[in-house]
This record gives sequence, C-alpha cells and structure tokens, in this order.
Amino acid sequence: MINKTIGSAKEAVADIFDGATVMISGFGEAGSPIELIHALIDHGAKNLTVVSNNTGSGHVGLAALIANRQVKKMICSFPRTANSKVFPELYHNGEIELELVPQGTLAERIRAGGAGIPAFFTPASVNTPLAEGKETRVFNGLTYVMEYGIRADFSLVKCKAADRYGNLLYNKTARNFGPIMCTAANTTIVQAREILNLGGIDPEVVVTPGIFVQRVVHVPNPADESKLVAEDRRYPW
Amino acid sequence: MVENNATIGWEMNEVAQKVAMDIPDGSYVNLGIGIPELVAGYVPEGREVIYHTENGLLGMGPVPAAGEEDPELINAGKKCVTAIPGACFFHHADSFTMIRGGHIDYCVLGALQVSEKGDLANWSTGDAKAIPAVGGAMDLVAGVKNVFVISQHNTKTGEAKIVKKCTYPLTGKGVVTRIYTNLAIIDVKPYGLFIRELAPGVTFEILQEKTEAKLYKTEN
Repeated sequence: MINKTIGSAKEAVADIFDGATVMISGFGEAGSPIELIHALIDHGAKNLTVVSNNTGSGHVGLAALIANRQVKKMICSFPRTANSKVFPELYHNGEIELELVPQGTLAERIRAGGAGIPAFFTPASVNTPLAEGKETRVFNGLTYVMEYGIRADFSLVKCKAADRYGNLLYNKTARNFGPIMCTAANTTIVQAREILNLGGIDPEVVVTPGIFVQRVVHVPNPADESKLVAEDRRYPW
Repeated sequence: MVENNATIGWEMNEVAQKVAMDIPDGSYVNLGIGIPELVAGYVPEGREVIYHTENGLLGMGPVPAAGEEDPELINAGKKCVTAIPGACFFHHADSFTMIRGGHIDYCVLGALQVSEKGDLANWSTGDAKAIPAVGGAMDLVAGVKNVFVISQHNTKTGEAKIVKKCTYPLTGKGVVTRIYTNLAIIDVKPYGLFIRELAPGVTFEILQEKTEAKLYKTEN
C-alpha cells in the first residue's frame, strides 16, 4: 500500500541533514510552508542552502530559520521585502551568502532541475551584471546566457489539499513555486490543509501528480504569517 | 497649462491614462509595482484588457473591499488583489513561459534611467550597501513584446532619467519601446528618441533641457 501521509511535521523533516539544499515554496507569505519551516528550526540542521523567492518577514517562518543561523546561502530573486529584517542584517555583516537570480530564471532553473535538464539558454539578464562570467551563445542573431538547472535534497511545499498518493491541489496565488519545487527534490515534503480520500481530487484537475511527492503532513490550520509578523511573534515561541 | 516650470506637464494619473489609451483591446498586460499600477484604472470603455501578475494569476482584478482580503490572493507587489471571472492561476514556470515565451503583449515598468538606445535600468543603483533584488524585471524586458516605461521625467533632485548611456546596472539592453513621463511621450526608435506628444506648457526646448539624451521632433 502506498501511503505518503506522515504523522507530524517533526517526523517529516527528521532526516534533513547538515549542508542540505532545501527548496521552500512561497511568494512572500503566500504558499510558504511555515509549519514545516518551524519543524526544521526545531530539528536544527545547519549550513543549509535555501532556494526560495524571498527571505521571509519578521521573525517567523523562513526569516526565523535564517535568524537561527541554519542557512549558509540563499538562492533567490528578491531578498528584501517590506518586513524583512533578518536577512538584510546578516547580509550586511557578511554572515550569509546570496545568489541573486532573475525570478523567471529561478523558476526555469527549478523546472529544468526537475525535468533532468542540466542547463539551458535564456535572454533574461544578458548585458546585465547578473550575466557576468556566465557562458553566452548566439541563436538566430540574439545573445543568450547559459543557466544551470537546480536540484535539491529536499523541497518543503504548502498546498491546499492532498491524497495519500501525494496528488496535490493549491490555493490561488499560493501555488507559485510549489509545483516546480515538488519535481526538483530527492525528497518532497508537503503540508496540506486537507487530506482527501483517493478519488477526492478530480484527475482532470490534479496540479501536482503524486509521483513528485514523498511525504504529506496534515496541517489543517496553517499560521497566517502576516498576522504573526504584525504581532511581532518570534519563533521559537 | 502653467508657465512656471515647476508645475508644467501632466499629473502621473494623466500619464497613466495616456498609457491606457495606447493599449489595444484584447491585450495581455503586465503592470510593474507602483506608478504602473495606476494604468489599470484608465482602461477606456469598451476595451477588455487582461492583467497578468507574475506570481501566478491571469485575470487580476482590483483591490478587494475591506475585510475581503485573502493573503493567498496577491499580486507581484505582495498586495491583496481579486481575480476576475475567467481568471486562472498557474505556477511560476508557466507564468514565466507567458513572459519569456513572448505571450504577454505589453508591460509597463518604472525606471531609474532609460538610454537613447532603449536600455533600461530599474532594479539597482549599484550601491554596494543596498541589498540587491531583481524580481521579474529582467525576464519581463527580455520577453514581453512591447516594454513601456512610465516615470517622472527627472529625479527628485532634477537630474535627467533619459540619458545617453545608463550609469546604473542594466535591467536589459535595447528593450524599451516607448517612454511616458510627466512632460512628454517619447518613442524609442533605432535611430533615436522621437517626441510623440508634449505635455501642456512643455516646448521642445524645455524638454531637451531636462533630457540628457538628444531628442528629435517626430518626422512626418
């Protein structure tokens, strides 16, 4: 029998090892798997390379993981947002590395990683500082820069509904990086608001096919990051 | 309208309206964060324009009523929005396939500098102390069919933003097709910057004085 559901976030992240590359879904707070990130803080794995569009807000979720000094390097497109305090401070002190990637290139690198494509050529960033030192090639008279696919040891993803095979549905713009990150990790760990019976998700509308998912944790009432930030909550509580 | 240089020209709302007038019926459009968002308020009666937001929504609607906000329904600026009937959600690789695959007709972006060759600098001043952040800007200018810039003509301290050569790090080279400012609308052509429309009270001479790059009167 295949049953990818697992009892707790704690068990789900227990084998994340020091030095692992971890993809974390979300665009700002939308789609950020805050309960899985908090479990990773409790777990304590260090020297992580984290792939995520932003660097978190306030002192919860991804920002708290960074504040807890578990992240060696961030790969992202937009490391500063209205309420991001932790990353800027560590960055200014030279205590965290940053690999800045255009947002579409980041998405395509993850997609390529998940699809077994080691590298690709894109026009984004050509003639800008972000293409410096990278291989370029001319196709039909236009210059393109080579970018590498990214794979991760683990992906942490938030979704709306899952079944025990790992088929997933998302909620509105919280979908963002979730589906591609599911494809690009050796172990994809998902937190789902709802666990449905097999057949409970119409096969015509499955967004992430279960083959891309290894573990599903039921988190029926995920925290609202912006509320926690507004209340200046800090994790660990 | 007024002789005083400080008050000549259009308000940014009027500039946004000018942009909206130039976007044809049926277009798929991506609006940058900030001033470009004003454009959505001025779509002329009878035109249907579909807004793309790169975090994963086609068919973005206006800001929700107070109390109706959903933190999982946001735009690229991470502000709560709505979805129109007929909207769809998708993941980031699909969203940037729309952008880089040339499926989006227009994007409207802000600018720090635009050069006479249509080079755009809008993501960084190169300040070593600032946290570099790029988002989707480089992807948009690389893939969208028409890249419009909407901006004040000069910086707050009066410096030219339309320059011979950008001094800030580029977002893209030769990508801007038209510039809308509080003083004029300017087309970027292979052989130079051509004035399409002057704002009330603005003469060619006044505009050239406030612009580092050489301007041309539109040829007939």
